[in-house]
Amino acid sequence: MLHTVVALVEDRPGVLNRVASLFRRRGFNIESLAVGTTHEDGISRMTIIVDGHEGIVDQVEKQLMKLIDVIKVEDLTNAEAVNRELALIKVRCTAANRREVLDIAEIFRAQAVDLSPGSVMLQAVAQRDRVDGLLENLRPYGVMELMRTGRVSMRRGPQVTAYEDGNGESPEMHRFHSEAGRLPEGELPYVSD
Amino acid sequence: MTTTQDPPAREPHTQEPTGAPPTPAPGAGETPSPDGRVMSGADIVLESLKRAGATTVFGYPGGVVLPLYDRLPAHPEVRHILVRHEQGGGHAADAYARATGELGVALATSGPGATNLVTAVQNAMMDSVPVLFITGNVARNLIGRDGFQEADATGILMPTVKHNYLVMRAEDLAPTFAEAIYLATTGRPGPVHIDIPKDVFLEEAEFRWPERVRVRGYHIPGAAAEDDVRRATELIDAAERPIIFAGHGIVIANAAEELRAFAEHAGIPILTTLLGLGGIDQRHPLSYGMMGMHGSYHANMAASNADLILGLGMRMDDRALGRFTDLNPTAQIVHLDIDPAEHNKNVETAVPITGDVKHVLPQLTRAVQRASHPEWLRWIDDLASEHAGSLTVSEGPALTVQYVVQQIAQAHAAEEDFTVVTGVGQHQMWAAQHMSISRPRQLITSGGLGTMGFEVPAALGAQIARPGASVWAICGDGGFQMTFQEIATMVDEQAPVKLAIMNNGYLGMVRQWQELFYKDNYVAVAISQPDFVTLAQAYGIRGIRVTEPGEVVEAIREADAHPGPVLLDFRVTADDNVWPMVPAGAALGETVETADELG
Repeated sequence: MLHTVVALVEDRPGVLNRVASLFRRRGFNIESLAVGTTHEDGISRMTIIVDGHEGIVDQVEKQLMKLIDVIKVEDLTNAEAVNRELALIKVRCTAANRREVLDIAEIFRAQAVDLSPGSVMLQAVAQRDRVDGLLENLRPYGVMELMRTGRVSMRRGPQVTAYEDGNGESPEMHRFHSEAGRLPEGELPYVSD
Repeated sequence: MTTTQDPPAREPHTQEPTGAPPTPAPGAGETPSPDGRVMSGADIVLESLKRAGATTVFGYPGGVVLPLYDRLPAHPEVRHILVRHEQGGGHAADAYARATGELGVALATSGPGATNLVTAVQNAMMDSVPVLFITGNVARNLIGRDGFQEADATGILMPTVKHNYLVMRAEDLAPTFAEAIYLATTGRPGPVHIDIPKDVFLEEAEFRWPERVRVRGYHIPGAAAEDDVRRATELIDAAERPIIFAGHGIVIANAAEELRAFAEHAGIPILTTLLGLGGIDQRHPLSYGMMGMHGSYHANMAASNADLILGLGMRMDDRALGRFTDLNPTAQIVHLDIDPAEHNKNVETAVPITGDVKHVLPQLTRAVQRASHPEWLRWIDDLASEHAGSLTVSEGPALTVQYVVQQIAQAHAAEEDFTVVTGVGQHQMWAAQHMSISRPRQLITSGGLGTMGFEVPAALGAQIARPGASVWAICGDGGFQMTFQEIATMVDEQAPVKLAIMNNGYLGMVRQWQELFYKDNYVAVAISQPDFVTLAQAYGIRGIRVTEPGEVVEAIREADAHPGPVLLDFRVTADDNVWPMVPAGAALGETVETADELG
């Protein structure tokens, strides 16, 4: 069974490495992992789709929480949530059958975003199974290229998956937390080894 | 018994200060506060260690850490111990932490220095030991260019540490050290690694030690939720055959007193894991010894026949529990651990409790009824006397490891701070069985990772941590040969460790498995050695060879009487097996006491 796990993580070098390494090392199967910034400075958000039974997902959540750079973890599998992925699909078609391809796109509410004499690029923003359905119908024409982002999820309604920062921190500690580990900008003096 | 002539006394190794002397104090005995002063990254590192009270560093220099070594003489409060291999430095820092409960510190250079630490880092990780590993790295503008002695230490060590840092600015050093030390020593302790490029040691910044460390993704469990305590209490009060599995957490949390009080109040017998040894005095009437692959027969049967299991500060490891699915299918399990990820990882638990045993055990003691379970204790006692045979120690005619370690323990029974360090294998199990480990931190052994070669550097670290204690390293002849270079460090530091090598010319535990499970097909298991007594001489320490049981007591006495390190070469029998045993893949209830029972 597929589970939707959302994690708020520190926006720091190495955090994706830590999460990916954890999944590899413990034998958890990642179906997809999408990561991006949030409205909070210094916090990134991951949506991780995990394949496995309940016990595995419980372990995934707890092991994720053990990572110091992971701030919060929530299982949205059974929550009322909006789940979306974006797919870019390049389909082989000519002037002769382009209309058919665009009809299929319309039925699946995908948009044409690029056109050439031999191809059309479609963009779909949808739930996973609608993208799957679209792809199935496009395959006979020839899918030349495909990129799917993996699922991103967010709860419906006013409830949020967020970090409540109760007590703030001094400007210098904030700078430390948001910049530590990054190479400083500008020219560094040359130090030979 | 043969003893070498004592070599000429060596001058103790001393470090001549070569750098600038420390700034003279303005007032009598007062050191100026470093806060707010601009200094080099190297000075910030050393001021940070001093501020944290972590001033014993096991290290090895190299190119990129030269700026740090250059500043060491200006900080005489920091004691640097020059080891002979970075792995040795890592294990010594690990044992220093195990012996004291305080942070251990190991330092290495980039590239090979960092990769040599890996075994020690993972060893500390598996056994939840608070160690700070510091590595240098190539200068910032050379990172990623595959220059001389560059290795991605941050990446290599990432899955083996509780957390790690690559510090890119000198001004980040103090907050990084404050945060790293906080993470290493709190909650479930563990190793933390800080990687510092060479030019960051040279860059100048203000020393600003943060007043408060705040890590938003990190939570330290303390007391348990009342609801968890209530659910556990209901099970404990209703149990007829309850049993405690006491783990390393009892020792780490300094909760031996709380464990004893709880067990006495609720009348519950205690088994310990290997690393839980010392969490309860073995002479206590509720102490029923060690469980697990080489636990005692009655302990494993009690674990298998209990109707309630209380796992306290332990991680339900396979060496302690045998085949998980058949641990004890009818028992209810209450699992108290500070790390919630241990709950339901290996064993399904009725009541998982997240909390610190130091806080939660008094909560449980207050909540549960005073009780006793005389029938249940009698059942275990009867089993213990019926099955005492497999743990009997023979005094001869052959010289056995069991007899040697038992005699070493007896010779120091009256010493409050007698410390045993072991390697990994048969001798480790016999030490666990026969040395009456009865005090927290008395036994220092590599449990989770099972690191052969841990014993020599770990004994060094334990002796540095407890200069007045009798520290005996029970060594395998295989493991000893992996790391004995640290004898040189013992000589430098005048650390009077007693190295007792159980020399039988075999990798004993591997030989046992080849005998029992691979039909006597002995492959790559007989090993040759140097003449250990001559080796002792070469290092300038006393060497004693023991071949007969009748020589053992005198050899131990002689070693203890000698003020420096001593190597004892015990020529023990080669064909002995560790019993009882839970065969690999078997359940605790399938413990056997002889090879015949394996069929």
